[in-house]
Amino acid sequence: MSKARDNILARLRARGVEKAPVELDRTPASPDWNREERIDRFCKAMRSVRTEVHPVSAADWPEKLAALAKEKQLRNLLYAPAGPLAEKIEATWRAHAGLPELVTREVDVDGWKEELFFDIDAAVTSTRSAIAEVGAMILWPTPEEPRTFSLVPPVHIAVVEANQLHNTFADAIAAEDWTAGMPTNALLISGPSKSADIEQTLAYGVHGPVELIVLLIE
Amino acid sequence: MSLAKHYPDKPDKVYFFGTCLIDLLYPEAGLAGMQLIKREGVQVIFPQDQTCCGQPAWNSGYRDETRAVVLNQIRTFPQDYPIVVPSGSCAGMLRHHYPEVFKGLPEAGLVEDFSQRVFELTEFLVNVLKIELQDLGEPTKVALHTACSARREMGVADEHEALLRQLGNVQLVEQARKAECCGFGGTFAVKHPDISAAMVADKAQAISDTGAEQLVSGDCGCLMNITGYMQHQDVGPQNHHIRGQHIASFLWERTNAAES
Amino acid sequence: MQQKAEFDQRVQKALNNPQLRRNFRIAMDGLMEKRSNAFPDKVALEALRVTGANIRANALAKQLELLEQLEANCTRNGIQVHWAETIEQANRIVLDIMQRHNASRMIKGKSMVSEEMELNHFLEAQGNSCIESDLGEYIIQLDHETPSHIIAPAIHKSKQEIARLFKEKHPDIPYSEDIETMTRSARKVLRSKFYEAEVGLSGVNFAVAETGTLCLVENEGNGRMCTTVPPVHIAVTGIEKVVEKLADVPPLLKLLTGSAAGQHISTYFNMISSPRKPGERDGPTEVHLVLLDNQRSRIYADEELFDSLRCIRCGACMNHCPVYTRIGGHAYGSLIPGPIGSVIEPQKFGLENFGVLPTASTLCGACGEVCPVKIPLPKLLHRLRYEQVRSDHTGATIGQGSQRSAKEALIWKLWSWAHANPAVYRGGTRLAGLFRGIIPNKIGPWTRVRTAPKIAPKSLHQLAREEGFDNE
Repeated sequence: MSKARDNILARLRARGVEKAPVELDRTPASPDWNREERIDRFCKAMRSVRTEVHPVSAADWPEKLAALAKEKQLRNLLYAPAGPLAEKIEATWRAHAGLPELVTREVDVDGWKEELFFDIDAAVTSTRSAIAEVGAMILWPTPEEPRTFSLVPPVHIAVVEANQLHNTFADAIAAEDWTAGMPTNALLISGPSKSADIEQTLAYGVHGPVELIVLLIE
Repeated sequence: MSLAKHYPDKPDKVYFFGTCLIDLLYPEAGLAGMQLIKREGVQVIFPQDQTCCGQPAWNSGYRDETRAVVLNQIRTFPQDYPIVVPSGSCAGMLRHHYPEVFKGLPEAGLVEDFSQRVFELTEFLVNVLKIELQDLGEPTKVALHTACSARREMGVADEHEALLRQLGNVQLVEQARKAECCGFGGTFAVKHPDISAAMVADKAQAISDTGAEQLVSGDCGCLMNITGYMQHQDVGPQNHHIRGQHIASFLWERTNAAES
Repeated sequence: MQQKAEFDQRVQKALNNPQLRRNFRIAMDGLMEKRSNAFPDKVALEALRVTGANIRANALAKQLELLEQLEANCTRNGIQVHWAETIEQANRIVLDIMQRHNASRMIKGKSMVSEEMELNHFLEAQGNSCIESDLGEYIIQLDHETPSHIIAPAIHKSKQEIARLFKEKHPDIPYSEDIETMTRSARKVLRSKFYEAEVGLSGVNFAVAETGTLCLVENEGNGRMCTTVPPVHIAVTGIEKVVEKLADVPPLLKLLTGSAAGQHISTYFNMISSPRKPGERDGPTEVHLVLLDNQRSRIYADEELFDSLRCIRCGACMNHCPVYTRIGGHAYGSLIPGPIGSVIEPQKFGLENFGVLPTASTLCGACGEVCPVKIPLPKLLHRLRYEQVRSDHTGATIGQGSQRSAKEALIWKLWSWAHANPAVYRGGTRLAGLFRGIIPNKIGPWTRVRTAPKIAPKSLHQLAREEGFDNE
């Protein structure tokens, strides 16, 4: 190991033990919310950061997706053919004419980076779960649904299941046992990308998606 | 710093620590504080050997020089009586910083015992004497500036307000950003006069904007800063100077039959 | 006393710039209000601050063991860990990584540690390009400035000033003072920079020892871009950013986003635990973590100043500081301005260079009151005032005693003598009372904007005697 490392650690060690570690109670104190309250809080919090939230059912969300794609005049929609949403999306797109082109590239993003950066209008992804308290979706991107899907295209459409709503972030970590193994990248997303760097005035659509649309399956 | 504080029952005797600023510039405020306590039937002792709490040296980083001054105060208040201080800043020094001044030194225990007995005047009037005031003065509009040390170190902002609210003819008005520092900060005002001036300018303006006729504060440092600025710069409604008073003088003047 | 003269000059310049004063006042008022709204329940906030303080204090107490654990877990996850004692070493590590990849184009997310390293300057001197992608950082990079605030680096600029800057640097983009339009222009310019970059650099908000995870808080998506799109990601962080458990993250995140900008959560919370794994279709194939000391372990050695390392860089102390609000970030002349900067910078870069900063505070306590991890900022400022004038040469702080002047020391010695001897003191006040008429009414800088206070004819000591108050 490096000399720098040894020197730094030696200085920390030399300090002795005057400061005892603090006993921490890490049991998350979770609010007592029922399913409706969780849904309500999630929707309110997400909307407060300019997310479009559409309540849908497990059966009709692909129809809603198609309608939104049309309404927003998307030219194309990126999706994951091997992902959990693929089957229903494909079926819906087969059933309707005049929908935006469904795009997929089942190769490493490096191979079609230019297209992804400059030609794709929107992407649809699933989510792992979500947080009611602060209004955030949890994504653990997979080989099927890579990280850039929820980042690069100007519109991100995410499917969230109300049954997967946790009260708090701490609850999600505990209930899903994150310490057992973290993914390459875990993400919390709350709203479209934004900045307040100019005069503390919020402006949406900086580097990530300009629009975030949530289809909430209740 | 609103730690729950233990207040004693009403004592027979108290010490009064007048502070050097009051001693030299605002003695009537100190006297008013003593008279307010005396009127409640408590004997007030003013040890003539008291000088300064030591804060100027302490805040300038001169710790050894502070210790000699602190020890003089501790010697001067030997009995187990409460020590009442008409200043949040000096009270904060006596109560919270004295133990730091002697941390790890043989006198630490002695100093700790002393500090435990220290009370800021308004908290003493409200929480120990449970004073009830009767306003004999004319209707007036008053702005209160609570010193940062009174607010944050001593946690007595509520006590300041509670006393003023007991006065039926006093309308307490609230200036914008009332919890913001006035820019005094002891030696800060001398070391960084331009920043201090910018701060006091804003504070004076905010107070003037309320239309208050009087400015009251529990700390003479702030008072000297704000009123000194107002007088120099002619800040005030139609350039009528807002009268500045220590809260003790103000309370005494409005509730003492002989004066009103 | 060179530093004081330079500081005074910068302060003058700031105070005499009404536009700058307005920009800061409005921004700080807004930030204070947002924070207050984010924590409506003051009791819950206090409990959360205690939790946050304990988490950080615990992590620091166990720092040695946690850094070793972090290194082991990151390494196991495939993140390459580097250690740097100095900023020179850290810069060298970054350059070596770039050279190994024949890379010359770096895109950067917001990182105060990279500012501390002056990384842009260093890499540019070696012929590389470093583009800041955070909107605020991008703006100040265009204008060759440093951040004036740790969370909102371009807070000192009005939208008109930024619009003129954009016009000057990008003549092809139509002039606009509309904030959303300017933001979109930056998006367009920077998108191709993300696309082209060979290396992405980021800071770290929390490094979790338990899982070897690097956490990043951001709103713009540029942080995700920098850590996802280029083939190599380098994260630079101070060694103090390590926390013990994943469960420690949620309270700190809530404290950070709420204190910084009144957000319940940031738009993105990005947790990185490894480079791209086989089968994954994007993400960097290499992730490097550079752990920078740069005097932190020295600060660590002092039982009291140790607490300055708890900082989670939210900026609330500067937002609430009446001095910062008046003079703005650049006047401090340090990388980190405001109360926490006045505590950390002198410790990192020496009291002989930054000793003036701890004196530029009224010790009003507003900073300590809002600090999400309860750093006793006034107490630490106070401590550094002592360190710079103490003469015993036993402390660990760099530049200890450097600001001691014989004249000032003598004044305090005399002052102490007068106030430790009641007879001397009483004699002095009596003289002052007697000669009050001839004491000049101009007393230095005080009377430049204030009338001089009038010495009372009789001291309180005298009045107390006359009114019959007992002496004992």
